[in-house]
Amino acid sequence: MIEEKRIVLRNADNIDPEDIKDYLQAGGYRGLEKARSMRTIDLIEEVKKSGLRGRGGAAFNCGLKWSFVPPNRGATFVVCNLDEGEPGTYKDRTIVQKDPQTLLEGMAICAHAINSKQGYIYCRGEYPYVVELLNRAIGQAKEAGVLGDFDIEVRMGAGAYVCGEETALIESLEGHRGEPRFKPPFPGVEGLWGQPTVVNNVETFANLPEIVLNGGEWYAAIGAPNYTGTKVLTLTGDVKNRIFIEVPTTTTLREVVFGFGGGIKDDKKFKAVQVGGTSGGFIPEHLLDTQIDADSMRSIGATLGTGAVFVMDETRDIVDIVTRIAKFFEHESCGKCNPCREGTYRAYEIMKKINQGQAVAQDIDNLTVLGRVMEKACLCGLGQAAPSPTLTTLQHFYPEYQARLRAQ
Amino acid sequence: MITLTINGREVQTPRGSTILEACQRNGISIPTLCYDPDLRLAGSCRMCVVEVKGRPLYAASCVTPAESNMIIETDSEGIVAARKVILELLAARHHFNCQVCEKNANCTFQDYCYQYGIKESRYEYGHGAIYEITDPNPFLERDYNKCIMCTRCVRACEEITVARAINVKNRGHEAKISTAFDGNLADSPCVFCGQCVMVCPTGALTSRVSAGMGRSYEVDKVLTTCTYCGTGCTFELNVKDDRVVGVTSDRTIVGSPVNKGALCVKGRFGWDFIHANDRLTTPLIKENGEFREASWDEALDLVAQRLGEIKTEHGPDSMAMFTSARVTNEENYLAQKFTRAVLGTNNVDHCARL
Repeated sequence: MIEEKRIVLRNADNIDPEDIKDYLQAGGYRGLEKARSMRTIDLIEEVKKSGLRGRGGAAFNCGLKWSFVPPNRGATFVVCNLDEGEPGTYKDRTIVQKDPQTLLEGMAICAHAINSKQGYIYCRGEYPYVVELLNRAIGQAKEAGVLGDFDIEVRMGAGAYVCGEETALIESLEGHRGEPRFKPPFPGVEGLWGQPTVVNNVETFANLPEIVLNGGEWYAAIGAPNYTGTKVLTLTGDVKNRIFIEVPTTTTLREVVFGFGGGIKDDKKFKAVQVGGTSGGFIPEHLLDTQIDADSMRSIGATLGTGAVFVMDETRDIVDIVTRIAKFFEHESCGKCNPCREGTYRAYEIMKKINQGQAVAQDIDNLTVLGRVMEKACLCGLGQAAPSPTLTTLQHFYPEYQARLRAQ
Repeated sequence: MITLTINGREVQTPRGSTILEACQRNGISIPTLCYDPDLRLAGSCRMCVVEVKGRPLYAASCVTPAESNMIIETDSEGIVAARKVILELLAARHHFNCQVCEKNANCTFQDYCYQYGIKESRYEYGHGAIYEITDPNPFLERDYNKCIMCTRCVRACEEITVARAINVKNRGHEAKISTAFDGNLADSPCVFCGQCVMVCPTGALTSRVSAGMGRSYEVDKVLTTCTYCGTGCTFELNVKDDRVVGVTSDRTIVGSPVNKGALCVKGRFGWDFIHANDRLTTPLIKENGEFREASWDEALDLVAQRLGEIKTEHGPDSMAMFTSARVTNEENYLAQKFTRAVLGTNNVDHCARL
């Protein structure tokens, strides 16, 4: 049985999140101190060496992302993505609520690496208490002088799921409609107000103090070689223990659901687990021995994404769940690109028809063709990932769809 | 120059060009709806997607930089399927009434539906929003039941005219082009220049002044210069049966070096005076309080004689020349030259100074 390993959550419940003194006593800001003693190029190299990949969903190599920021291009920005819009995900909120200073320290380390004086935390609009907590934490950090000349401002989102996508987030920060930009140019080159910008997730930043302190090699030795370190997971649905955990990325889904999660509630049978949030694929029992690292998840057509683990027992109606998910995407599409704007709309209509028992085989065909196009042709991750629940359930739970078809 | 392979053919393109530009330079046609070479890129219609070897996702060619040694397929089975789905999705909520549509046979969306054989849509499951055509203005017809949300109008309004009268409201499939608070154009910063009509690839935005007066293929397009002011904008008079039935833009730098197709409300919509019944066709001379028709020679002789008399009697400074922005720079130059050299006064002024 794999044990929890807490790096991001190392201080959780051991310190008072409202008091920076506790954080400092626990060794806080020593990572930043060390980072500031390093040349930026060495710091980026150290982060690269750790193998740390983005914890927001796209799993891009963190050090590599930083290295794209060109030197001498004027102001640069550090942006923390705390939009956390995936239903069933609450890891970022947990990290911040239990240890806000570790996020600030991580951002300041990044700021040193890319020579930035200004950071922004884009916080999910439904977390006003987190905004308050962060503002108090920033106030204390400034008072203690630990941030130096790096300033951090907290901005609040207005509820759009798409603003978790980094370029839509930047548009929103600038005061525009929350719509994604095409890439390239990537934010590292042309981001906030046209200036080089690093956007990372809360969990990514929160890993940095320990990585800098203990060295990249120390971190790289933890978890899977391609997706090093730990991952914070949030367990929801029909699982006995609805908890958050931080585990090495070599942990398998079975260990997560049946070990940490304690198995299925009321001793029912397992049916499926959706990992990564609403846009994640559905995973059936025979694939549960897959490791949670991003590449292994991708190899079975699923995503690690944000680390939400949504468990469904044998009584759950897959078609009904996927219909609700389709409605979610229909509602959250920003409307910028054709395949997503019209595709999420039609996908929901078809799913409704199937769910109501009115559909014929041709409808499922249409849905599949649509999904395959959306995956490849949509502008941003929202549209590309939206068909994943449909396509994976059509693959693994086809009989449930078939049973709903209208007799012809 | 960099070298890349498109559809199995090695081609060259300047460094820094997009895949779309590389294709265009090499005679490979790519369908586009939101792309407009004069406007900021959107990359949103996804019609121009192509396959780039080694990349899991399709690339929108209008916004993807061409790179050395790229291997690109522009018409693979997957790409054609994707374009068909996109067209069918748009067709599912497009109000097809081509038989009376002003844009019939001059409509990019219709062309692509023809090219990709979109007879009907798989995705016509239910009605999307139905929009009323209510905007009460004499110039523009706004039929958002034909809109494909390419946002070219929004960008043209912002970047060419700098009026910023319209933008996108709502999200997802409820997204719609709108003025602030979805009011009438007349209550917005709209100046009715019709740049939005110029760039619209469908029948969503058309001219009310030309409505019903002729199909695009029935008219001869005569490139000419606008008579309204000294800017010297060029445009195409659309002529059917010896009558002007509309104005369209020549957007090329050769045909339209001054304005690149952009016009103002007068140039684009104010041409109906041409066939007005009360239009002056000869000079008029007032005698005993009544106007009578006269020849140009007679009229000019009268003016020369009276100016001469006034100059002799009251001196040259008793006269002044006030000119207009409605004539050309060259004509304005001649007017001041005439005033100083012939009339002998420096009393020259121009309405643009007001």
